[in-house]
Amino acid sequence: MALTPVITEHWDDPELFTIDGYRRHGGYRALESAIHQDPDALIALVKDSGLRGRGGAGFPTGLKWSFVPQDGKPHYLVVNGDESEPGACKDIPIMLANPHSLVEGVIITSYAIRANHAFIYIRGEVPEAIRRVANAVREAREAGYIGKNILGSGFDLDVVVHAGAGAYICGEETALLDSLEGFRGQPRLKPPFPAVAGLYAAPTVINNVETICNIPYLVDRGVDWFRQFGTEKSPGFKVFAISGHVNRPGIYEAPLGITMRELLDYAGGMRDGREVKFWLPGGSSVPMLTADHLDLPLTYEDIAAAGSMLGTGTPMLFDDTVSVVKAVTRWLEFYKHESCGQCTPCREGTYFITGTLERFEEGHGTDREMDTLADLCGQISGRSFCALGDAAATPYPAAMKYFRDEFVAATSTPVDQQFDPAASYVFSGAIAR
Amino acid sequence: MPISDTTRDQLQELVARYPRPRSALMPMLHLVQSLEGEVTSEGIAACAEAAGVSAAEATAVASFYTMYKRKPVGKHHIGVCTNTMCGLLGGDEVYAAVSERLGVGHDEPTADGEFWLERIECQAACTHAPVMTVDWEYMDDVTPTSAVDVIDRLARGEEVRSTRGPVIRDFRASEHSLAFPEDGLAAEGTPVDEKMLVGLRLARELGMAAPDAPVAGTTNDAGQEG
Amino acid sequence: MTVTNNAGPGSDVEVRTDLITVVIDGVEMQVPKGTLVIRAAEQLGIEIPRFCDHPLLEPVAACRACLIEVEGMPKPQPACAQVLSDGMNVKTQYSSDVAREAQEGVMEFLLLNHPLDCPVCDKGGECPLQNQAMSVGRPDTRFDGAKREFEKPINVSAQILLDRERCVSCARCTRFADQIAGDPLIDLLARGAKQQVGTADDVPFDSYFSGNTVQICPVGALTSASYRFRSRPFDLVSVPTTCEHCASGCSLRTDYRRGVVARRLAWDDPEVNEEWNCDKGRYAFAYLAEGRIDSPMIRENGELRVASWPEAIAVAAQGLADAKGRAGVLVGGRSTVEDAYAYARFARTVLGTDDIDFRVRQTSDEETQFLASSVAGAPVTTTYDGLEGAPAVLLVSFEPEDESPIVFLRLRKAAKRGTAVVSVAPFASAGLTKMSGRLLPTRPGAEAAALRALPEDVRAQLGEDGAVIMVGERAAGSAGTLSAAVELAQQTGARLAWVPRRAGERGALDAGALAGLLPGGRPLEDAQARAQVAEAWGIEPGELPGGNGRSGQALLEAARDGVFDALLVGGVELADFPDPALATAAIDAAGFVVSLENHHSAVTQRADVVLPVAVVTEKSGTFIDWEGRPRPFSQVFRDALTMSDARVLSMIASAAGVTAPGDVRSLRAELGGLGPWSGGRFTAPAEASGEAPAGTVLASWRLLLDAGLMQEGNPHLAATARPTVAVVSKATAAALGETATVTGPAGSVTLPVVAADIADGVVWVPMNSPGCHIHADLGVVPGASVQLSAGGAA
Repeated sequence: MALTPVITEHWDDPELFTIDGYRRHGGYRALESAIHQDPDALIALVKDSGLRGRGGAGFPTGLKWSFVPQDGKPHYLVVNGDESEPGACKDIPIMLANPHSLVEGVIITSYAIRANHAFIYIRGEVPEAIRRVANAVREAREAGYIGKNILGSGFDLDVVVHAGAGAYICGEETALLDSLEGFRGQPRLKPPFPAVAGLYAAPTVINNVETICNIPYLVDRGVDWFRQFGTEKSPGFKVFAISGHVNRPGIYEAPLGITMRELLDYAGGMRDGREVKFWLPGGSSVPMLTADHLDLPLTYEDIAAAGSMLGTGTPMLFDDTVSVVKAVTRWLEFYKHESCGQCTPCREGTYFITGTLERFEEGHGTDREMDTLADLCGQISGRSFCALGDAAATPYPAAMKYFRDEFVAATSTPVDQQFDPAASYVFSGAIAR
Repeated sequence: MPISDTTRDQLQELVARYPRPRSALMPMLHLVQSLEGEVTSEGIAACAEAAGVSAAEATAVASFYTMYKRKPVGKHHIGVCTNTMCGLLGGDEVYAAVSERLGVGHDEPTADGEFWLERIECQAACTHAPVMTVDWEYMDDVTPTSAVDVIDRLARGEEVRSTRGPVIRDFRASEHSLAFPEDGLAAEGTPVDEKMLVGLRLARELGMAAPDAPVAGTTNDAGQEG
Repeated sequence: MTVTNNAGPGSDVEVRTDLITVVIDGVEMQVPKGTLVIRAAEQLGIEIPRFCDHPLLEPVAACRACLIEVEGMPKPQPACAQVLSDGMNVKTQYSSDVAREAQEGVMEFLLLNHPLDCPVCDKGGECPLQNQAMSVGRPDTRFDGAKREFEKPINVSAQILLDRERCVSCARCTRFADQIAGDPLIDLLARGAKQQVGTADDVPFDSYFSGNTVQICPVGALTSASYRFRSRPFDLVSVPTTCEHCASGCSLRTDYRRGVVARRLAWDDPEVNEEWNCDKGRYAFAYLAEGRIDSPMIRENGELRVASWPEAIAVAAQGLADAKGRAGVLVGGRSTVEDAYAYARFARTVLGTDDIDFRVRQTSDEETQFLASSVAGAPVTTTYDGLEGAPAVLLVSFEPEDESPIVFLRLRKAAKRGTAVVSVAPFASAGLTKMSGRLLPTRPGAEAAALRALPEDVRAQLGEDGAVIMVGERAAGSAGTLSAAVELAQQTGARLAWVPRRAGERGALDAGALAGLLPGGRPLEDAQARAQVAEAWGIEPGELPGGNGRSGQALLEAARDGVFDALLVGGVELADFPDPALATAAIDAAGFVVSLENHHSAVTQRADVVLPVAVVTEKSGTFIDWEGRPRPFSQVFRDALTMSDARVLSMIASAAGVTAPGDVRSLRAELGGLGPWSGGRFTAPAEASGEAPAGTVLASWRLLLDAGLMQEGNPHLAATARPTVAVVSKATAAALGETATVTGPAGSVTLPVVAADIADGVVWVPMNSPGCHIHADLGVVPGASVQLSAGGAA
């Protein structure tokens, strides 16, 4: 399957991040058309396109928009640019390279859902992305695309760029809302769902950056154009960010349904002719797969059928120099660090599991603890307040499915003795210190 | 240090940005952190007052987010990602080298107040692993040697440019940008690098492109299994 | 909850029509729509474990201890947040392996980082974590890692200590502080396993309601300085009691050990205090034991000496009998109904006098008339629930947070649900702000005028069904205010509630301990009333004195002028009178003074006979709260030898040849036998509006935690009191600088200045706080003219 740069099509134009550069490539054409359409028609268009959320859950975007009650109360659009999932690195590049596609998408979406106020929440650890998006918002405001009576339509919109401050949990949409309201970013009880009672308890749509960036292209080129990419259940194209032990890690945009093997080929294959040991289709929160799964089409449905999830669509590939035990332990340390603390299973469970895994990493695991770990993951999965707990309970069982032997080995031998850490470095070896 | 009237005006400017004052709390905390390189009790009190919350509530928020520090960070914040991808691809070694160079561990300042080292979580740059940050600006694809070299150059006061961002200023300046991101630096850096263009360039090379109109017969009509 | 229709014809039981049918553990039941699983299960006696859940706090589903299985749902659901829907089939740990295993898993997690220091933990023995670990936990742990450690314990206030290692992050305390008290001074800090409760750096958790957090903490994380390491729960004897500190009427539980009160807790009374109380009610009980008068004393050659009871009673009876017809009675505002009734009866039958009052504070004839006409013996018309459902509540000379804290909590709850709280006051107090109240800025003295010129929208709100006007006792100090409140109630149809500060005032009024009034609001001059009461008292109506008795200022002045040969004084602090010098002179001028007291005071120093009487723990009795609701309580220390005021009065009466009941049962029976009064009543006062004096006028009220004598002996509590400050306008503050000196006829006080949105020319100071006692230090009352100057020189 061929590569299909759409969102990334003009990234090699160094002026693309400016409004003039963006407009040179057809930017804001979609807005000029959309702003004079019936908002409901736009919602219908997005519904018909089958576009699914690119943040990880893959929820149909048009359906989400249609949940917002049109009752005259204020509505909000909130863009989730908190990209913090280990392995996910596609929203930040989009915001760096093509911030106006996001801004244009925000304006069209706000118009469609009748929101007069939109917020773009970007993780605070990447000021370059924040300043580029803020710059794009300013330019769009100066061009009359944001503000009062946009392009004579009578539609008013204010857009605020909001910097986070270091909390993975804020990628969870209700935690993001609490954060945006100036609270600790702890997820909210659902129901009510944000579409009914979101930001300031008003109806709110929360979409991922990449999802919103699809909107201008979709509106400009139409449903038929959009649906020529991908599959019935996973239509469209995807900004894939490929990382790990591949020869050419980076951004590759292709239709959904392309296989991992095809993408890997584009990325130059594994380094040094090594084999894929395990890979994760989209973030650390999805179960790992192995070389046996490289021919799976990268769609929501096919990956799910194989027992994993497409997630953020940012495949991480590791070769056979990597210890699975070490990788899993590191992810659990992350979840422990990022657990918001609100619910018991996640707060205490990640503490327990991480401590136990760290002993495995040191070669001090026990057979009994292997069972205990499986049990603990079961005590978190489906019982925590939000998906962070579920995510934390994912790596270990997935790793055990394919690499049980490595955990057994870690009951007697430290992982670093089994796998030379330096072998997995992308630079040559450890430096002498 | 007492909060100046200028800062109080800026806090009000942030309040005005949002429908409700409390929403401005996070940018406000970034702003007060830009004053002294830490979130002080005075800063918290000023933010709380402007946001209309109690000092305990503002403290609770400040302590939840790891970017807010309750002791002085110093001139430069150095982050080394040691999450799975970066760590295993060499970030662990980079962290060790930087830690040794600075003589401090995780979340600690150097005695001279020049650096603060932090083992950071995934920085959304796995394609550029191992990743380091200086004052939260990207230093991509570092090695232990290049990372220590960055530290050395910063220590000597030399100009250091982010691999995908502007010339490094200092921690406080970055914090100010998080409160007021229209800092005039959007055109300063060259954040679109070869790794972000690798797919596009390959597509060009292979003559691949997304059709800009529907191609007959390729549309997935409803009902057709994809 | 499920009301069957068999209550019979004419039943006024409301039949719910919004019921749904659900099944819990195989038992079918009907519940109202919107019921949570955990509440419905309780109805069936099924106890689902819980930590974060509290019926009076918003559900958060954080602790996950209450996970249950709901048929058709893929994942276990939190019973505390799961709303039942029609036909829902719920399986708890008793019928579902999924639920049981989920609960066991959560319990294992909760115990991971818990120190399990139960043997040295105050909560051990009454600990929900301990109990639920036994009921749904596994017998052993699989965790052998290092537990999270914190410095323990830390003070979040002088009174409240926090052991963060024991905390399970249920957030009950922080949610209580925010949602109920409106004092978000504690919050969750940090995150993940390091999450902990804490305060801002220099801002302690000084909330009037902070003790409730200790009580609702489901582990031993929060303890109080006053109870810490004092006792084990299983060594305590618990007795339900009523709080004696104010007229809110809180149900309490008093726990004692070896004859000493160890602690007091808020008890569950949904109609009154729900499950809360204030810190004064919870912690101010050292006075019950400390500094007590332990034997009768008589004055001989100018000195008090210990006497036997028979001797002291005989001397008291002789002296009082000799003064028959020329005696006055002062009853403190803390008496039980039964004691106050005994005083009222004693005055009329033994002393032959109607010169009696229970108001040890500023009074007025207007107030006397108001109380006689509009409050005494009146049926309950306004309740806590009424406040909660009121469209609007107008506060007049009343600061609920300081003067009746449970009224404050209920009004705050009401305000959150939409009740408009409006206050006629000099400035918006912290309490009013927390009730999202609207201030009608009023200079002290001008309250009546404010009521008579109320904004039209407020007047319209008061016209809505269920609106309430709450008038505080300070209204007596502002001419025309009570008259205007009565007028306003009549004009708008709003209900009128009078809220005294002290616990005994309403009861004393109803018991007839006020000149001109017999029990139940009966006018002493009314023939039918006289006949009823005389019959109950076993005397002829003609033996009752005439109804021209003195009260308030007139009573004290008469005493000072030597009108009385004897004074009977029960539980009176002279400094509480607006003019302590007059009160002292009044006692000094009386030929013979009998003091019934439990602590030495300015009165006992001057008394001829001092008779020790019981404190609340040593007797049973009844307080009547501001609603008019009787709040009976039983004796905590069954073997206490100290007698109640009524018992002592009965003995004196007997020695004087008059039979009077002295036990609570007989007193209640006699008082109850009189029944409600349906005859003629006094007419309401109709006094003209007063005016604020020219110059700087003083605004003042008593803070909840202040220099009150019943708060003595509680340093931890006192340390959480609000600072003694002078509140002035911003412009005045700028002119004054850091401190201000307030000067009255008796002297001056110098206090730190706090600027607020208060009119120029008004200064507020606390009435009786450390460093500022306006009666004694300044010689003024609220509404008086004072001098205000920069305090720098002081």
